Amino acid sequence: MSTLNLLNPSKDNLQSNLYLGSFLVGISLLDVFLNSFLKLNITSFLPSIISLLLPFLLGMFGLHLMRIEFSGIKNLDRLNKNINTNNFNAALTLLIIFLIIKAIPPVMSWMILDANISGDTKDACTGSGACWTYIKVWFKRFMYGMYPNEQIWRVNLAFIFLVVLAFVGFITPQKYRNLLTLYYVVIYPIIAFILIYYLISGGEFGLEWVETGAWGGLSLTFIVSFFSLIFCFPLGMALALGRRTELPIIKYVSVGFIEFWRGVPLITVLFMSSVMFPMFLPEDFFMDKLVRVIIAISLFEAAYVAEVIRGGLQALPRGQYDAAKSLGMGYWKMHIFVILPQALKLVIPGMANTFLALVKDTPLIFVVGLAELAGMLQMAKTNPKWLGYAMEGYVFAAIIFWIICYAMSKYSYNLELKYKTDR
Amino acid sequence: MKLKKILPQLATLFVVVLIFGFFTMNAQLNMENRGIDFGYGFLTQESSFDVQFSLIDYSGSDSYGRAYLVGLLNTLLVSVLGIIICTIIGVIIGIARLSPNYLIRTTAAWYVEFFRNIPLLLQIFFWYYAALRALPLPQDAEAIFGASYLTIKGFYTPSLNWENLEIFIYSVIAAIVAIVFVRIHAKKLRENQGKHLPVLNISIAILFVLPLLTFLFGGVNVGYETPELKQLAKTSFKFEGGLSIPPELLSLVIALSLYTATFVAECVRAGIQGVGKGQREAAASIGLNRKQVLNLIIMPQALRIIIPPTTNQYLNLTKNSSLAAAIAYPDLVLVFAGTALMQTGKAIEIVSITMLTYLTLSLSISFFMNWYNAKIAIVEK
Repeated sequence: MSTLNLLNPSKDNLQSNLYLGSFLVGISLLDVFLNSFLKLNITSFLPSIISLLLPFLLGMFGLHLMRIEFSGIKNLDRLNKNINTNNFNAALTLLIIFLIIKAIPPVMSWMILDANISGDTKDACTGSGACWTYIKVWFKRFMYGMYPNEQIWRVNLAFIFLVVLAFVGFITPQKYRNLLTLYYVVIYPIIAFILIYYLISGGEFGLEWVETGAWGGLSLTFIVSFFSLIFCFPLGMALALGRRTELPIIKYVSVGFIEFWRGVPLITVLFMSSVMFPMFLPEDFFMDKLVRVIIAISLFEAAYVAEVIRGGLQALPRGQYDAAKSLGMGYWKMHIFVILPQALKLVIPGMANTFLALVKDTPLIFVVGLAELAGMLQMAKTNPKWLGYAMEGYVFAAIIFWIICYAMSKYSYNLELKYKTDR
Repeated sequence: MKLKKILPQLATLFVVVLIFGFFTMNAQLNMENRGIDFGYGFLTQESSFDVQFSLIDYSGSDSYGRAYLVGLLNTLLVSVLGIIICTIIGVIIGIARLSPNYLIRTTAAWYVEFFRNIPLLLQIFFWYYAALRALPLPQDAEAIFGASYLTIKGFYTPSLNWENLEIFIYSVIAAIVAIVFVRIHAKKLRENQGKHLPVLNISIAILFVLPLLTFLFGGVNVGYETPELKQLAKTSFKFEGGLSIPPELLSLVIALSLYTATFVAECVRAGIQGVGKGQREAAASIGLNRKQVLNLIIMPQALRIIIPPTTNQYLNLTKNSSLAAAIAYPDLVLVFAGTALMQTGKAIEIVSITMLTYLTLSLSISFFMNWYNAKIAIVEK
């Protein structure tokens, strides 16, 4: 055994370097851990600046000792390769670990340990943490807006129907599979519209009429995104094809349309739909606020969808067009059976991003006075009985939106893998 | 055959004309009925409303046209600040996503997943109503670096008082022009004689030395004014003097840059990954060192992939800055399409001007980018 060289750890003193290194790293983590979880400062006898930096310095030196290439110990090699390649990386690694250890206690105590959820009034919130009572009391408003309490079953029923109907595709027998596209593109939206019109809006069959101004919360987010999504897709497809034709008038109309909507922010489009659009309609013609919003968002997103689909169309090799033409297919036959199925498959990630953007844009409808989840939060925040709980509301909404968007992006990723074909 | 081409075009044209005609007719009728006249004359009228925060002198006695300018400048201010910060964060996160260090890679990935999947409006609300409201009152604020204060009423920092600022600006412009000439000269030298000039070092030297000279000989001088705590009433305090950044601007810039940085990071990552592995290996095999590989081989190719989608993100940031209206930051939408519209009732004129402004901004940037892309595109043989 050669002499222990601490500055230049090598395989010769593998064991001693390893033990000393892991001991130092362990001490440094323990120090931060105690400091963070138990508010204990075991190095308080040192000057404050050294006490603060000590765990970092110890950890750095420990990691330095452990950095031995080709040690032959599988776990050590993996550790070195992944988090301990050089001093810079070791420093970042330590900082991230310290940050996580430091952040856990305050976040945990705010969200769970010191939080309150019991009771129905503000007085129940005595802890220093979050006041989930606020969310509990306002939960119905966050989900359904100002929809009358005794009528909420109608919204629930409509959504349950829609979810069940959406799963038809999974249980259809093989025989009717080819009708599924027709079902999802035409029949399902019509059913959805009928359900929402008669069940949620009401006014017939003995159901009380609920004006759209009273709709709100998360259910409104779903309604707006669902219909905008359904309308913007075919429109975007038509625009993409229009932009690619050789017929000049159609081409320039499409280009103009796409560039116009892509060039303006959604908030001004919504402003237009609320203050400018009524001027363009006959005076006695009334169009509901919600319908105007859905039209505005659909037109806006259609431009983005068009650009995404155009990307897919352009990515297809020329040979596909030539082959289809050589089989004697016309424009529509070629696009429906050869081009679009391949192009749409290519643009799944882009479409998913556009649809995600659409869902994330729905809170903007607050400018026309419709309050979905974020809008309801603003309303609840200013309620004199519940002042001072803005943070809880935003955390709650952020979690919900995050789950929806994350699920959508993961689903699109799976879809992408499922339809991936090698060429 | 010809008919097949003409007919759909005629139909499209007919529909477009019909829709526009229908709208114009109705608009005329509606305006007649309501007694509103169409025209942009109101722009020169006195606006008689005040704006909280403006970069140029503005008061209620100024015209609507000037109010428009105030809004536009505020929008541009948010956009420029946001673009700078989101680029810095985005590039760091994008590179961190490719780090060999597992922890850094994962943290960066979580950053992207986290901020990308929460609506921007919610993030702006969060920063403005929840996070910045938790800051201390002016009297309790602790100094950052001795003279800056982060309070619930905004961020206060010393402002610089320039003497002969014009000379300083001219010197900076002169330095930039000189650098351009040096670059052209260096390129010529490299192509003709194969000599390498240390362009970067020379550029930095010029950029520092020329403005520095103006301090010594040009009579340029800079002093600073620190914010002072003033007591207005018994419990009411306020900082005066110095540069103050209102919390609206602060939260807007934070939210916009954190959100857009996720997209920039993805663009950067895709760009670096998009450069083939073979390029790196080929460069290494002809004896370039790591720095040269990065500067001469990887970055020029990666930038070609990174720049177009990143510009798109900058455009998105500019358009998203219109969300300022939600937290009452006086940007173009709030000042012009909000307050001015309420006062004048000229819906068509004001909304059309607002949209046209954004459209001009977007289209001019995208035209510039198209030109730039065509210029830097690799010409394949």
